[in-house]
Formats: sequence, C-alpha cells, structure tokens
Amino acid sequence: MIAAGCDVGSLSAKAVILKDQAIIGKGVVRAGTNPMDSASKAMSIALADSGLSLESIERIVATGYGKEMIPFAHAVESEIVCHARGAFWNLPQARTVIDIGGQDAKAIRMDENGNVVRYLYNDKCASGTGRFLEVMADALDIKLDDMGQISSQSTEKLVISNQCVIFAETEVVSLVNEGRAVPDIIKALHTAMAGRVASMVLSIGAEEDIVMTGGGAKNSGLFAALSVSLKRPVHAMKNIDPQINGALGAALIASGMSRQ
Amino acid sequence: MSIVAGCDIGSLTAKAVIMENGRIISSALLRSKTNPQLSAEAVMKEALSKTALSMDNIQFFVGTGYGRKNISFVNQAISEIACHGKGARWLIPGARTIIDIGGQDCKAVRLDQDGNVVKFVANDKCASGTGRFLEVMARLLNISIEELGGLSSRSTAPIILSSTCTVWAQADIIKYINSGHKIEDIGAGVNSAMAKRAAILANSVGIEPDVCMTGGVAKNEGVVRDLEKLLGKNIKRTRKADPQIAGAIGAAIFAMEKVNGRSK
Repeated sequence: MIAAGCDVGSLSAKAVILKDQAIIGKGVVRAGTNPMDSASKAMSIALADSGLSLESIERIVATGYGKEMIPFAHAVESEIVCHARGAFWNLPQARTVIDIGGQDAKAIRMDENGNVVRYLYNDKCASGTGRFLEVMADALDIKLDDMGQISSQSTEKLVISNQCVIFAETEVVSLVNEGRAVPDIIKALHTAMAGRVASMVLSIGAEEDIVMTGGGAKNSGLFAALSVSLKRPVHAMKNIDPQINGALGAALIASGMSRQ
Repeated sequence: MSIVAGCDIGSLTAKAVIMENGRIISSALLRSKTNPQLSAEAVMKEALSKTALSMDNIQFFVGTGYGRKNISFVNQAISEIACHGKGARWLIPGARTIIDIGGQDCKAVRLDQDGNVVKFVANDKCASGTGRFLEVMARLLNISIEELGGLSSRSTAPIILSSTCTVWAQADIIKYINSGHKIEDIGAGVNSAMAKRAAILANSVGIEPDVCMTGGVAKNEGVVRDLEKLLGKNIKRTRKADPQIAGAIGAAIFAMEKVNGRSK
C-alpha cells in the first residue's frame, strides 16, 4: 500500500509518502499565499524523493489549516488527530504530544491505543507559538535555527517576565541595551515560552511519555526549558524531522495504519 | 496654604502635576526615560520650569505609576488605582466607573458614591487592549497615534479585525493595507477593536454612571465613541485637564490632603 499525507500549515507545507511501514519520501516547503500551490510543491518534492508519480499513490489525506483546498487529497483529517497518530506511531509509549507550529500550539493527550482523550489548541495568542521565537530571533538579529545552540552557552540566569510577544520583545531590547549576553537572553526567552506552553499542557494533564513535535521541536533549548517547566522529561521523535509529524499522521491514516 | 506635587511614572510616559491650594498651577508630560528616577526628575523639572518654584517649595510629594517606589524625592507612594480614582473624581465629580487605558496596561475601576474603590480589574499581561496596541497599528499605518483617533469619524466601511492578539492583528492590518483598503476604514477598525477589549474589562467590574476615561487613549475620540456604543452609556468628557495626567492629579490631591492633615 502506498499512501501519502499532506499538511498545509500557515507557514510551511509538508508531505510524506509511506510504503507499507516505511517513509519513502518527504517534502517541506515554506508556504506561499496559495495553499494549493504550497501543497503541490511539497508533494512534488516528496514524490521526487521517493521516485514515484502522483498516480501511483493509492490514497492521500490532507490536514492543516489549508486542508480543504487540496485538489489531490481523497480525504481530510483534523490536525489534532494527525499529530497524535504520527507521534504515537513513532513513539508508542507517548501519551502527551506538544506540537509547536509557526502560528499555533497544541497539547494533546492520548490513551494507550493512541486515541485522542483531550486536547487544547491555541491560535489566538502568538505567545507560546513559533512566532514568539521568530519575533525574538529578529529582534536579536540571529537565525531562528541557531537559538537552541546559542542558548546552551548561557552562563547567567535572566528572567523575562512577560509572556506577551509584544511586551517580551520590549524586554529583550532593554536587556540588550543593558549589555546582557545574548545566550542568557535566549535561554530566558525559552523559559518564558516554556511557561506559556507548560500551562497549556498541565491543564489537560501531562501524562508521560511527553513528546514535542512541530517546528518548535527543532530547538534543543526549548526541550530543556519545557522539561524544567513540566518537571518531566520531554522527548524528541525518533529518527524523523519533527516538522513532518502532521503529514506523517495523515499518511498513516491514509494507509489505515496506526501502529509501527 | 499648600504647595504639593504628584508624579505618575508610567511605562511609556511620565506625568507631573503641581498644585497650590487645590488648584493645578503646572503640569508636564514626557516620554519615560530609562529608569523611574530619571523620568521623575525630568518631568518635575519641566513642571517646575513653568512656575517660579523650586523643589524646595514642594511641601509633599506623592508618587504613583509602576516606577513609584524608585523615586528618591517622593514622600509617599500610592497605588495607581487609588490615584486614578482620586484624579478622575476631581475631573468628573460624579465619576463611578473609570476606564484607564495607559501605554502598557488597561484598568477598570468602580467607585462608590464617596469615591472609594469598590472593584477593579487590570490587564498588563497582554498588549492587546492597551495603548501599545494602538501604537503598533499607528506605526503600521504610518501615522501618529494622535491622528488615529480622528479616522473613525471619517470612515464609511470600517474593517473588522478577527484577531485579538496584537501580533496576529498586525498581519491582518498588513493584508488590509496591501489589498487597498482606505486608511480611514482600517483605523476605524483598529479603534473599534481597542474599544471591544476595554468594554470587556469595564463590564467585568459593572458599569455605574458617570463613566469616565483617563489615560492617553481617552484622547482617542474614535475609541471613546465606540466604547460608548458598546457600553450603551455616555462617557463624560472633561475640559478641566488632560485625562492622561489624571493619575498625577490624584497623587497631588493625596499630597494636598496629607499637608492639610485630612488624610489618615
């Protein structure tokens, strides 16, 4: 069985192609203004990666905010279900999924069969989403992808007291003006963001194992800060780009598979 | 005879009022400096420069605002809620509900008929619903914060902002600008979004007339009118003094009461 999943988010589009139990192709692109184009691009990259043509895919499931606009999808599934499915397949001991996207954040709790028990979703407030770190990276004139690594060089503890993106940005600017070290500021930002995310996770009940997915899961500093905030280890997905988890879940649903 | 002063050191602006026998003889408003002490010194210097007085003539100083505890010359620090309540009653004697929107916070205060604080709520956690929201949007529209208020009355088809968060609303505004919407309509939508947030806060303390507004946003006529519609109540305007200095006025009145021995 060859199946595919396509996750069209607000900032990026992802596609995954599965053959039986294995990922044989994937594609990630920055989303443009048109979800259809973004999905097609992500899918063609995944197809090229797998050496297949669109015709050879038996079933395609779409998810993400642009899911209704994908012409080649046979079915749509909610982001919550897809993220749960992907994470559970990758780590069967996972019971809580924290997904940090570019413009949203989700906390999902699952039972021992990977079914969604409870979830919380935030796309109303930029704090606690990928945008928080994106704005701060801009303010500090560093790359988003470098934040985790730079924060590991922190030597002094600083506190960012605001969780609001707008107010925290002002705080960052004053810390820079005070001459504080950038690694210390970034570590404090990870802590502030983790506080916001942790309150969401704790309100649905954080059951172990906890796994983080989405673009946020590419940041080692955020893992460290979240583990501290939740007082429990937060795990990474195994041997997989955490950003494609939603597309992976969609592909698993397309293929009718739930367990590895 | 009493000469007293009140200083309100906010996050974005510093305000000072000098009172002689219960009458404002001078006031000043400046952009806040890097620390409360510097802001307080600068704003007092400015207020004093409009009089023949010096610091030595001031019999009692009351400080308020977020920086109130860090001013060396202050004799007493009093909370913003109390000072805004006091100042608002001086501006509008029948005031029972005060909506104060500052640069980085928003408060709603309900007073009893004697002017005592009965209930209050404040938001300083989220930029939306504070003056900061308007500041960010004015910058995007490339106009001054003062110009924003006048746009509402010139708008024929105000946009409706779907996002509350300042960050997401910013992205919405950029889309409206790029799709050719008129600046009046965008500005009106911004003012109306601001009024909606303030109305939620005000309703949560319970609205009792007279309703009045203090703080910088009280000078935005678009927000005030929208808020009146949402609350279904008239908001009393005052010409007695700038509503942005209400906190400093309240502080000065507390100082005067202290000198006159009327305060506990």
